[in-house]
Amino acid sequence: MKTYFLNIIRFIILILLQVLIFNQIKLFDFVTPYIYPLLILLLPFNINSIQKLFLAFGLGLCMDFFQDSGGIHAAATLVITYLRPVFLRYSFGLSYDYQTLKFYNTPFRERLVYICLMLVVHHFVLFALEIFSFSHALYFIEKTLYSSIFSIFLVLIILNLISRKD
Amino acid sequence: MQQIIVFLIRNKTGLVFIILFSVAFALTLKSHSYQNSRFVSSTNFVTGSVLELSANIHDYFDLKTQNEKLVEENQKLRHQIFNLKPGIDTTLVEFQFEMDSLYEIKKSNVISNNYDAIDNYLLIKGGSNDSIFEDSGVISSLGVVGIIDKVGANYSRVISILNTNASINAKLKKTNHFGTLTWNGKNPNVTSLVDVPRSAPVKLGDTITTGGRSLVFPDHINIGVIENFELDENVGYYKIDVRLFNDMTNLGKVYVIRNTRKPEVLELINDDSQ
Repeated sequence: MKTYFLNIIRFIILILLQVLIFNQIKLFDFVTPYIYPLLILLLPFNINSIQKLFLAFGLGLCMDFFQDSGGIHAAATLVITYLRPVFLRYSFGLSYDYQTLKFYNTPFRERLVYICLMLVVHHFVLFALEIFSFSHALYFIEKTLYSSIFSIFLVLIILNLISRKD
Repeated sequence: MQQIIVFLIRNKTGLVFIILFSVAFALTLKSHSYQNSRFVSSTNFVTGSVLELSANIHDYFDLKTQNEKLVEENQKLRHQIFNLKPGIDTTLVEFQFEMDSLYEIKKSNVISNNYDAIDNYLLIKGGSNDSIFEDSGVISSLGVVGIIDKVGANYSRVISILNTNASINAKLKKTNHFGTLTWNGKNPNVTSLVDVPRSAPVKLGDTITTGGRSLVFPDHINIGVIENFELDENVGYYKIDVRLFNDMTNLGKVYVIRNTRKPEVLELINDDSQ
């Protein structure tokens, strides 16, 4: 019950943060950071996978409503949610398999790998669907690269701010 | 049969993923056609009011620039009033009046402005409750902004001219050679005018305005100036880069223009084609 409540609060706060603050940032007129995948990043590791997918779809669709972007955010968020166990196993190795993982207690390097994988894949799918044409390949690569770096940077800062070290 | 059910249960996560992803992908495909999704749009109550709240705060800090723009526009309009040739209005009062009511103008406010994607949309205040209609033109005091695409109860969505699906009829102000205004998806200050015939005398710095051939915009609304051009020898058409007068990254007050004769014209065109 507590996790449900916590995640609903996070859902609302992240969407408002993204829409009201981070969507207004348009570095060089085309680089916008997307930090709302943080909700998926921080989900409990043992959550029901179908509930997780519906949550991701809802989160992405909310962003699409705000940005008039069809279904690109929903698709991108679904992909990272579905692939999350793979990324978790790749980044944290054994401690994920033995279910003893505590997100804030993991070494910084492993956490960074996990965050980078999730956000880069998210941005890759997002911009591939947004641009949707081969004639803008260079633009696509630039946009994915710069936005990913920006988002990873911001997500690391936010994680530092909200982490409870006990 | 039993094996199918067992298979479905074992792979239920994958199935749910595929179904939801297909829905999202279908919505994405729809958004890349000219008629964007009617279902997923920010004209509903929740997204509209959140974005409006944010716009209200932002507007407060932007008051100075917006005032400056309004004064500039007033100056231009006053210039026109003081330099009107006498005589026209005395004989043609009624005619003038009729011409004026051809276009209905409403004021509005931009509450959400995107320019960082390939297909950009704006959200403006005012919807069907304020008698704003689909396919009306949207301009600011400096030039063309876009065309209304979807009307909600209190908010409307505008296809920005910075949208690869938008194409607007435009012309060279000096010589009335027509072309189509499109966007290549890169620079939010530059659009391109294509299909201008080779006979047109294109010069750097010339002004581009709307063409008046569509039912959306009146004639002679400013768009931008020619920054660069090249002639495609194979097809014999110019491709012109147009630097916009409007700063599409900072829009405030806009006007919505509706051609009141449009239903009549459309009826005539449809009669013709039958």
